Amino acid sequence: MVEIGQIAAKVRSKNAGPFWLTIDIFCRNRVDFERISTGLETDRIAARFRADPALIKRFDIAELNVVKLSLPRPAVQGTRPDRDMHGAAWAVLVEEMEVD
Amino acid sequence: MQETRVLIPTGALGLGYDRAALARGIAAKPHIIAVDGGSTDSGPAYLGRAASKYSRATTRAEWRDLMQARAEAGVPLIIGTAGTCGADATVDWLFDITRDLAAELGQKLTVTRLYSGQNPAEIAAAFDAGRITDLPAAPGIDADTIRACSNIVALAGAEQVAAALATGADIVIAGRTTDTAIIAALPIARGCHGGAAWHGAKIGECGALATTHPASGTILITFDGTGFTVDPMAPSARATPYTVSAHMLYENSDPFLLYEPGGVLDVTDATYAALDDRRVRVEGSVWRPGPYTVKLEGARIAGYQTVSLTLLRDRRYVANATGWAAEVAARARADVGARMGLAADAFEIELRLIGRDATLGPLEPPGPVPAEIGVLAIATAPSEAEAAEIGKILNPYLLHHALTEDEPMPTFAFPFSPAEMSRGALYEFCLHHVMALDDPMAPFRIVTDEVGHG
Repeated sequence: MVEIGQIAAKVRSKNAGPFWLTIDIFCRNRVDFERISTGLETDRIAARFRADPALIKRFDIAELNVVKLSLPRPAVQGTRPDRDMHGAAWAVLVEEMEVD
Repeated sequence: MQETRVLIPTGALGLGYDRAALARGIAAKPHIIAVDGGSTDSGPAYLGRAASKYSRATTRAEWRDLMQARAEAGVPLIIGTAGTCGADATVDWLFDITRDLAAELGQKLTVTRLYSGQNPAEIAAAFDAGRITDLPAAPGIDADTIRACSNIVALAGAEQVAAALATGADIVIAGRTTDTAIIAALPIARGCHGGAAWHGAKIGECGALATTHPASGTILITFDGTGFTVDPMAPSARATPYTVSAHMLYENSDPFLLYEPGGVLDVTDATYAALDDRRVRVEGSVWRPGPYTVKLEGARIAGYQTVSLTLLRDRRYVANATGWAAEVAARARADVGARMGLAADAFEIELRLIGRDATLGPLEPPGPVPAEIGVLAIATAPSEAEAAEIGKILNPYLLHHALTEDEPMPTFAFPFSPAEMSRGALYEFCLHHVMALDDPMAPFRIVTDEVGHG
C-alpha cells in the first residue's frame, strides 16, 4: 500500500463555485494513473468525505493521467460551519488515502 | 468571419502580472484587452457587502497600467465582475477610479458600465412565477430567502457584453459576468467559431494559468472560424497540449461541459496540437445552444460573529484540549442562556482547535499531539452586540478554566487586548439557481459616459 500523495504529481482541491468541491489527482504516468484509478474506489472517497456516493461525479481521464472527483462541498462556502473558504485544504484527505 | 485576438493581461485585476509580457501582448495588436475582476472564490462577504477584496491602491495601480496599454493599442478594454463581486456598487467604485485616472492620464474616454445587480423583490416575483430553477446541490429557498439578500447579481453572458461593447466604449466596466463571457463576446460578434470562442475563453480566463509559468499572467488567444490558438506572452511561459487541455479541470465540476447563458460548451471531442514548443492550437469544441438562462448569485446575512484566539501550551492541556474545549463551550452556553435569555437555537459557540482539527473538523483523522493548540472561539448571534456579549462571556473560561477542580487555577496565553474581535456580519450564499429569460437584456442595464479630457 502507498499513499496517493506519494505517487501523484499533485492532488489539488478547489471550489467549483460556492456549492461544489472538485478534486484533481494528477498522475505522472499511465502506470500510476491506472494504479490510482483502479485502487481508489468512489465509495471510499464518499466515506472519507462523509458524502453521498450517488452525488459524486467521477472522471478517469486517461489522456491526461488525471482522476477527477466532484462532490457537494462538505459545508457550503462561507457558511458558519465552513472551515476552508477556497476548498484547497481538502486535497490532503485524498493525498493521505492509500492504494494497492 | 474576422480573426480576433484577445489579450488577457492577468487572471484577475489585483493579482499582478509580468509587465514585459503585457508589452509584448500590446505589440501583437489585439482587438480587445479583457480582464476578470472577481469571482465567488473568496466567499460570500464581498457580494454581501458589495465590496472589493483587493485594495483600492492595488486596483488603481494595475488599472492605470491597463488604461495606458489600452491607449497604446487603441482598442477596447473590458473588465468583468468588477470589484470582486460585480455588484452595482463595485462597478461604480471602479468607475470612480477610472474617471480619476482618465483625468490624471489626460485621456478622454467613452466608458460603459454594464450593471448586473438585481432587485431582490423582482427576483422573488420571478421565483413565484416559476422562472427560477435550482442547480445541483442548491440550498432550499423561498421568496423570503430571496428578499433577505443584501445583494443579488445575475451572471451576464456574451449577449450583454456584446451590447456593452457595441456602445463604442473605450472601456467597459461590467458587473457580474461569467468568467468567460468577456473573452468570448467579441470573437462571437465577429463571426468566429462558437465552440472555439467559449473554449478559448475558458482556457484564457485565468491568464497564464494554462501555461508552464502561471505567474507571468499575460496570454493571447487568437480565434478564427475553426478553432483558437493559445500564445503565452512571457518568454518563460509555454503552452503545451497538456497544460491547455488540463485547464478544463480547473474549478469546474465537469471537465468536458461548461454551462453558459444560452447554451453549453462541450469539449469532449476537442483536439489539442502543439504548433511549436510554446503555442497550442485547439479545434473540435462544440457550442450547443439551449434555453436562455442566467445564473444568479445572492448573499444574505446569517448572523453576526465575534472571535477570539487563546493559546494552550501546557502539555496536559494540549493533550486534553478536546474535552477542555467542550467544557468551556458548555459552560459559556449555559451562561448565555441564563444571563442573556437567548434560546439555545438562537446562537452558536464553536471552539476550533488549531493544531488538532481546525482545518478539517470531523473529517480529520486522529493525529499526533502537537506542541501547542490555538483555540479559535467563534460566537455567532442574531446581532453584533449579542455576539460581542457571548465573546465576553466566553473570556473567563478561556482564560482560566481548569481540567480538574483540585488544581491551581491555570492562565492561558492571549495574544491580544481586547481579547475579542468583532467580525461583523456573517454572510452566506443562498442562491445556486438559474433564471429563464425571454429577453437576455431585460435584467441588465447599460450606461455610457464620457470621462476625462485629452
